[in-house]
Amino acid sequence: MKDQLEMIRKEALAKIEEANDLKKLQEIKVTYLGKKGSLTSVLRGMGKLSEEERPVVGEIANKVREAITEEINHKTELLEQAELDAKLESETLDVTLPGRPVEAGGPHLLTSIIEEIEDLFIGMGYEVKEGPEVETDYFNFEAMNMPKGHPARDMQDTFYITNELLLRTHTSPVQARTMQQYGGAKPVKMICPGKVYRRDTDDATHSHQFTQIEGLYVDKNVRLSDLKGTLDKFAKSIFGNDREIRLRPSFFPFTEPSVEMDISCKVCKGAGCSVCKHSGWIEILGGGMVHPDVLEMAGYDSKVYTGFAFGMGPDRIAMLKYGIDDIRHFYTNDKRFLTQFHHAQGGAQ
Amino acid sequence: MFVSLNWLNNYVDIQSIKPEELSDKITKTGIEVDGIEYVAEKTSGVVVGYVESCEQHPNADKLQLCQVNTGDDKLQIICGAPNVTQGQKVAVAKPGAVLPNNFKIKKVKLRGVESNGMICSLQELGIDEKYVPSDVAEGIFVFPEDTTIGESVEKLLNLDDAVLEFDLTPNRADALSMLGVAYETAAIFDEEVTFPDETIHPSEEKAEDYITVTAEDPELNPYYGAFIAKNVEIKQSPLWMRNYLIAAGIRPINNVVDITNYVLLEYGQPLHAFDYDRFGSDKVVTRRALDNEKIMTLDGEERTLTNENLVITNGKEPVALAGVMGGANTEVYSDTATILLESAYFNPSAVRKAVSDTGLRSDSSTRFEKGVDPNRVERAGLRACHLLEKYAGATILAGPVSFDEMDRGEKTVTFATEEINKRLGTAITSEEISTILNKLQFSFEQENDSFVVHVPTRRGDISILEDMVEEVARIYGYEHLPYTLPEGSPQAGGLTQKQKLKREIKKYLQSAGLMETITYSLTDEAGINKLLSPELAKKALEPVQLSMPMSEDHRYLRLSVLPGLLKSLAHNQARSQTDIHYFELGNVFLSEESQPSNQPEENLRLAGVLSGLWLNHSWQQEKRKVDFYLVKGIVEGLFDFLNIPVTFEQTKLADMHPGRCAAVLIDNQVAGFLGQVHPKLEKTMDIKESYAFDLNMEVIFDAFTTDTDYRPVPKYPSIARDIAFIVNEDVKAGEIKDMIEEAGSPLVKNVRIFDVYKGENLPEGKKSVAYSLLYQDLEKTLKDAEVEESYQKIVDTVNRNFNAYVRS
Repeated sequence: MKDQLEMIRKEALAKIEEANDLKKLQEIKVTYLGKKGSLTSVLRGMGKLSEEERPVVGEIANKVREAITEEINHKTELLEQAELDAKLESETLDVTLPGRPVEAGGPHLLTSIIEEIEDLFIGMGYEVKEGPEVETDYFNFEAMNMPKGHPARDMQDTFYITNELLLRTHTSPVQARTMQQYGGAKPVKMICPGKVYRRDTDDATHSHQFTQIEGLYVDKNVRLSDLKGTLDKFAKSIFGNDREIRLRPSFFPFTEPSVEMDISCKVCKGAGCSVCKHSGWIEILGGGMVHPDVLEMAGYDSKVYTGFAFGMGPDRIAMLKYGIDDIRHFYTNDKRFLTQFHHAQGGAQ
Repeated sequence: MFVSLNWLNNYVDIQSIKPEELSDKITKTGIEVDGIEYVAEKTSGVVVGYVESCEQHPNADKLQLCQVNTGDDKLQIICGAPNVTQGQKVAVAKPGAVLPNNFKIKKVKLRGVESNGMICSLQELGIDEKYVPSDVAEGIFVFPEDTTIGESVEKLLNLDDAVLEFDLTPNRADALSMLGVAYETAAIFDEEVTFPDETIHPSEEKAEDYITVTAEDPELNPYYGAFIAKNVEIKQSPLWMRNYLIAAGIRPINNVVDITNYVLLEYGQPLHAFDYDRFGSDKVVTRRALDNEKIMTLDGEERTLTNENLVITNGKEPVALAGVMGGANTEVYSDTATILLESAYFNPSAVRKAVSDTGLRSDSSTRFEKGVDPNRVERAGLRACHLLEKYAGATILAGPVSFDEMDRGEKTVTFATEEINKRLGTAITSEEISTILNKLQFSFEQENDSFVVHVPTRRGDISILEDMVEEVARIYGYEHLPYTLPEGSPQAGGLTQKQKLKREIKKYLQSAGLMETITYSLTDEAGINKLLSPELAKKALEPVQLSMPMSEDHRYLRLSVLPGLLKSLAHNQARSQTDIHYFELGNVFLSEESQPSNQPEENLRLAGVLSGLWLNHSWQQEKRKVDFYLVKGIVEGLFDFLNIPVTFEQTKLADMHPGRCAAVLIDNQVAGFLGQVHPKLEKTMDIKESYAFDLNMEVIFDAFTTDTDYRPVPKYPSIARDIAFIVNEDVKAGEIKDMIEEAGSPLVKNVRIFDVYKGENLPEGKKSVAYSLLYQDLEKTLKDAEVEESYQKIVDTVNRNFNAYVRS
């Protein structure tokens, strides 16, 4: 009987070895281990054995069963793996074909620039203020030290609605509005982005609608050097650490002294080239110390409080930063323009 | 203002300073120099020649054969100019000479005769056509008789003069004169200013015997000086004066006109010369014009005046609009012999008013508007008389006759050194300040660290401490200011909730695949009453209108963002960019009057337009067109993101597809709409099938809350049941859904529509709508019986209310 068992083992293992699919393997399992299988029938004959032989043969039989089972399991695993491999192989894709497009949208370039500047100043402790686009003559001009008939009104050609209402020509009225809101009693630290309007014929460098960001800092002991330091931080953050700034005297009715800020030309690094009209510098923004009349009109005692203010044009900044040659692109919304600025920006170096 | 450096050198020594350096320093000190131009491009080899003879060319009617003496040479030159004659001194480009545009002069043969050079016009020497005096515009330039033969024309015609173009800010009216520029230059380079010659030799005859002067409104006209110049000979002004005028961008006319223009530029004081014999009386009366009074100005236009305008009259009728333009009837002619020369101070705002009323702007009005120097008015008159004596042979009568109530006092500004430093963040010493004041040629008294400055009247822009702070700072140099940051107490910056929300909404839409745009707030008539959101359409709104629009395209303030967005869409689709998914966050302007007395309400809108394909995966032939449900899905997603419950209601709006438009409601309040643009409007605007949404951000802001409470994640299993109802086609699927939610409450947690079917196997006029219900009890495991009970209730309710039955 031992021999019989050994024969079954050999025969089964050989067949398992030969088997090349799972079905065959299942048949082998039934043939040897099933209820009517050869091993079972051998074991059924155990009753005929002696008391001494029975456990010995029993043990051998169990070992044979285990060996066959183990081999079948092993082979099953192998075959399953092979089958899976073959299936997966057959599922191979051409990875070079394009994927299903996920067309993400994105911000308008001016929004990106404005938010970048907002975040910079928020980091320096500024709040963001907003004001109406249809302004009163009072806030747009008078509170900004440009009474009716003031020659400086010519600097900003205005869209009037009535004698008293107009489309704001700058974001500066928000200075007066904010100071009035604060009632002349506490420091003001704000920036204000927004749309502004001027009577200009639209061309590559002019737009009757554009954007501005106003900045205002009013406190005790604010100095012109503080404006210089603040603008230097701004310029380096937006345009890059390798850029220098320069302040020049200028004139705005609502600041005194007034300044114009230039940054060193990116292309020639100050040596002079066609981009900077051979001056080495590019004009970026205007600012100055808040005029005492503006402080007084808004309820601040100009003997106690001083302040600085500045105003910049995100359109111009965007054009300089990216070399955009036509301001109308910002408002035409050509998809081929808009999508150019949907990539992650990450700020200046 | 164009500043000729050769001219400037007469008042301040700038010989050793390069134009570039001058330009750079002036810019840094406060007057922006826009550019450096030269009067003409470089020439070489052009000298003065004497035309010894001039005969007609043997073979050509229109050419002259000239023998020209250039000192060291005698040249035969053929000239085509109509004005060339024997005895003239002319500009001769000798063989080898180079004219502008690199035009090289060579010996040539013209119609068989040799020509050894060229006789030049001013244009050929590089002078801009518009500045060339009319007497030599059609031919060659002729030099005065006393010109030296052989001399290079470059210097004689001032061709090498560099001209700085100033971009002046309105406060620096002082720099609208050569003398003002001289003071500025002297301050920068620490030099002296030399004043021009004002001496005259008045006759014994007195001006007062010829004229009287009355100013009826001294506030508008505090000073009027009338000079009388007799025996005037109208002719060309001297070459040097013509050269300077050309460099300054003014075309020379004749000596009298040129002298008034020259002194205007030199002193910044406008002058006016009347023909005394045509003046019409012997008295000057200045007064306010009568309403509707008329005057014919020099340009031949009749102007209608108002009481706010100041006029010069002869006691009867206006002869000039003060400070702006003279009248045609008193103009100086070639036969004028006696001149009444006006040098006056006119109130800036009166001149400003006249300019804005008439639209006339002149070199005179520009200066009066900004305020001329009261201490230079009479001096300018004297200077002009000096020049008239010298260059027009005039006899100046003793005078002038003047009306004079002018305040010539200097303003004083008092300050301490510390106040300057406190505002600048600097440590400038009192000594440095006194040096700066000396450079500016301001007189002052100093006691230790205290200053009392007497501001010269030429600097009308300086009156308060802050003005002096700027003066000191700009001469000290802005580049020497330190970089500091404010020392005030630190403060937390940040965005308001609305500002944060706006950013988040933009991010949502961008992630959903929409691009942000910015369109114009001003629109044309076609754009104003289109696509108004229902909550706005029901108000009695009038589009706010500009009082003086520049064009019909930008006349009204928009009432909807959508027309502008559709224009952007049309722009793109006309350029083969058909797939557009845009949004904009921007204001519309609400008012009940087109010329409102108060500021219109600014209503922030969130609007979008979508058209073309949404998905285009070409090699798999997967394409999805933008449709109603895509736009609705985006809007639903937005409100889900904002956690604001929202409902949609079928609605009809002009310019929207009548069957594909929904009002968006928050808490039963209309918050906007969405749907398909009406095909007729699509056709008008030349756009493809398009969908739009427009939401009222103010309603969204109001509905938004930040209190998000944690809800436990369910511990017990949920059960899903599907159910399909067959109903009449016109029943709204959403209404059934609402009823299922109501009837199934509280166990039904979610109802989703997963199939809508019409057609085969269904009776005519019926449709099947299938819903997937999610049952969930947060407290315990659901029992089948509970679900069954609820399910039956839903079926019964829906069947009863919608005349429905369950599809088996």
